[in-house]
Formats: sequence, C-alpha cells, structure tokens
Amino acid sequence: MGEVVQVAAPWVLLAALLLGMAALGVAALDGALAARAACRPASVGAQHPLVETARLLRQRRRTTVAADTLLRHVAVGGFAVAPLLMVAVVPLGEWVLADASVGVVWFNAVDVLVWVLVWLAGWGPNAAWSLTGGYRFLAQAMAYELPLMFALTAPAVAAGSLRVGDVAGGQQGLPYVVWMPVAFLVYCVGVLAFSVRGPLSPAGGPVISSGVLAELSGVDRLLVLAGRAGLLVAGAAFAVPLFLGGGSGPLLPGWLWVLVKTALLTAALVVVRRRLPDVRPERFLALGWTVLLPAALLQLLVVSVVVVVRS
Amino acid sequence: MSLAFNELSSVVLETPLPDLSVLRGVAVTALGVVAVVTGALVFRVDSMARATYLLAASFVAVGAAVVALHLDYVGVVVVLMMLMEMAVMGVFMVMLMGMNPALMPMSMVHSGRRALAAAGTSFVVLTVGILLVDWPTRPDAPPSDPGATTYSLGDALMGDHMLVMMVVSPVMLATIVAGVVLAQAHGRYERLGDDLRGTSRQGGRR
Repeated sequence: MGEVVQVAAPWVLLAALLLGMAALGVAALDGALAARAACRPASVGAQHPLVETARLLRQRRRTTVAADTLLRHVAVGGFAVAPLLMVAVVPLGEWVLADASVGVVWFNAVDVLVWVLVWLAGWGPNAAWSLTGGYRFLAQAMAYELPLMFALTAPAVAAGSLRVGDVAGGQQGLPYVVWMPVAFLVYCVGVLAFSVRGPLSPAGGPVISSGVLAELSGVDRLLVLAGRAGLLVAGAAFAVPLFLGGGSGPLLPGWLWVLVKTALLTAALVVVRRRLPDVRPERFLALGWTVLLPAALLQLLVVSVVVVVRS
Repeated sequence: MSLAFNELSSVVLETPLPDLSVLRGVAVTALGVVAVVTGALVFRVDSMARATYLLAASFVAVGAAVVALHLDYVGVVVVLMMLMEMAVMGVFMVMLMGMNPALMPMSMVHSGRRALAAAGTSFVVLTVGILLVDWPTRPDAPPSDPGATTYSLGDALMGDHMLVMMVVSPVMLATIVAGVVLAQAHGRYERLGDDLRGTSRQGGRR
C-alpha cells in the first residue's frame, strides 16, 4: 500500500451512499437477531428496517409543548452528518475524502460532537424521558471518552503520525491489533458506547422509555436512527486503518479489503452488543476509570517503549 | 535565451502562491466574524442551553480559524476540547441556574451598565494592545507541513520548560484519576469498609 490520494469533493456522495447501505445492513442484522431471539423468522426481522423507514417517511412530525425546535433540528441534522465526518478521513484503499494531517484527532473531535448531539436531542423536545436520556449519555461519556482517547493514541504513537493514511501504512505485515489488543478492545468499547444503542449506551434504551428517541417522530426519528447505525459503521470503519492494517490483504484490491474488514467488524459489534449486560452509568464510570483507563494507559506505555527500543 | 528562461523560471518559482494565502486570510476573517457574532448572541438568547451551545459554536469558529492559520493540530484540539467542555458546562449551568427546559426564559445579562463598561474597557485595551504591539514579520514562507508549524509554536511557547511540562502532565492525569477513584460513592470503601480489609464495615453509605 502506497500513498493515499485525496479525491474530489463530489465523491462524498458515494461515501454517503455506502454509509447509508451499511446503516441499513446494521439495522437489518439487528432486526434479524431480535426476531430470532423472539422465535420469529429472521427474515421478518431483517425486513423490519425497510418497513420502519417507509412508515417514518409517511409519518407526520409530532411536537411537544414549548419544545426548542431549533436545537432539535441541530441535533437531528448533526446525527445525519457526524458519521460522514468520521469516514471522511478513512482511506478506502488508496483514496480518501480528506487527507487531514491530524485525522486521528479529527475522528476524536467528531466523537465528542456526539455528546453535544445526544444532549441536544434530549433537551429539544422539553420532555422528561428524553432529557434523562441526554443526561445519561453525558454520564456514560465521562466513562468511555478518556480511555477511547488513549486507545486512539496508541496506533498514532506506533506510526509516528496522526495522518490516518500513515497509520494504515505503518502496519506492513503486522496489523496493530496483534500487538496492541488492549487498545483495540478499549476502542471497540468506545464505539459501542458512542453509537447510542445497546447496553453500553442506554441514552435511548427501553429502561427510560427510549430516552432521547421517545419524542422523535417522522423524518427526525429516521435520521437519528440512521445516524446512530452510521456511527457504529463509522467507528468500525475507522478501526480498519487504525488497528486492522487498512487495505492490506491477499488477492483482493485494497478498497475491497477495507469494505470487507469494516463489514466484518460492524457485524461482530452488532452481535456482541446484544450479549452484553446492561451497565448503569455509575457502574460504567467505575469500570471506565478503574479498568479501561489504566489498561489503555499501560497499553500506551508498552507501545511507547517498543517504539523507543525499535528506533 | 536560456538565461532569460532561467530568470523567468526563478521568478515563477520564487513568487509565493497568492491565491491560497488570500483564501486563508478571507477564511480567518470570516471565521473571526462568526466567532464574534455567535459570542455576542450568547447574551441575546433567553435559554441556558442555547447560550451554552452558541458559545460552543463561537469556540468552534475560533478552532477553525486556528486551522486556517496552518496550526491543524491546535485548531482541531480546540474544537474537541471546547465541544466537550461546553457539553459538560451546559449540565452545570442548567443545574445551577435552576431553569426549567424552555418553560422559564431567563436573561443572560446582569448588572447591565457596569458590565457594559467593563466589556467596553477590556475591548479597547485589548484592541489597542493588538494594534500597538510591534509584531515581528515572518522571515520566510510558512512550512508546507502543518506539523512543523505546530512544533515551532510549541518550541516558542515552552522552550526549555518542555521537559518539565511533559513530566507534569502525566502527574496531573494520575492525580485526576486517583481523585475520581477516591471520590467514587460506590467504590471499594463501601465494599470493604474504612480499613479496606472487609472486616469492619463502619463506612456504610454516605
């Protein structure tokens, strides 16, 4: 794998199309697994996202009393854009939308943007359950964000660059996941936590009557549901250049390897998150600060020592 | 003929690209205007949530302007830190101001006349300072690699104290982590009692 080439802006449409299809795939897999768990045919569950999309597109938007409509629109629009901002720095083989010199930090900034979006989505409708969801997400964010940051730092330190293409190119023959597995695991926990679904991210969970999603309807709801699936896909896509060797692999071309690796990791995350136990925010805080953060820091220490010894 | 060509090519090669720097200048100015306008709007809205996130928008514009000044890393980190900080600050502002979501509009200003005088004075002092300082002129074109600009800025700011800062920052992080671990309500002191041996559980719930 050589240098990555920055492509022209209109290619963002292709990225959006790929993300949308992947988000639909995430929803279909989730639906199929849920249907099978409920002893119904998996195909019915897999079709559910399409049915739901058609329903939401026709649904009239429901509003609440004294809602902050502007902030809700900001949140809903942000959900549609944030996954795209994340994949903009992920090289697809040799092409990338934005060859940013600080791509790793950029990804981190966008995943912090999710804090803002979830809280605003919770605040906007002026309703108790969605507000609870917004606050709960921020509490969870305190637990996962710092470990996630240090997990992102480890591959950047090993490659000696914050440019995502350089990080992908720095793992010739040996993907970083092999010698920094702890950072990879902590990163995956972070992705599960910022994708606003599942036990690690209860902002929209059933325990609080779907929280931030409770008052969203129509196209707004569709965009937020698609956006959170897109966040999971974008998180998995970013792990490919960071930990999984980017587009390197036998036989297939680089861009296809990136897609295959992204699809496999996304599917694995969808399956795993259905099997994890619910974690209350204060429990997750204890886990984040006493287990994940020290583990990520130790991993970073190991990586730094290896880099110093090797140079 | 060949001499003239050499002369021409050297002129062409040594002339800095004007369009890019002009574009950057326009971008920095426009982002500065966005930062000031959103910053001023903080005091015009009547909701703590809107005020907080307008301030966040102002800081994001500042971060983008810093990126336009060839400091990619510093600019993106400004955006990252400010989004994070404002998300947390919003929680505290709503909590401390006791405002019900959207139901109780509140003014974002107080002690109007004195505040206006203080703001005006500090604006004048800062502007005069900016205009009177004898700014150094850049001897050469900025390096094409933004990392080099960031490095030289760090070197200029820290100089010999870089090593001290590098040592202090992990110590500060360790202090924060230790503080959180100790302050945690349902931590080991609750499970194991005050002596941490699990024999006497005098601590109990706080």
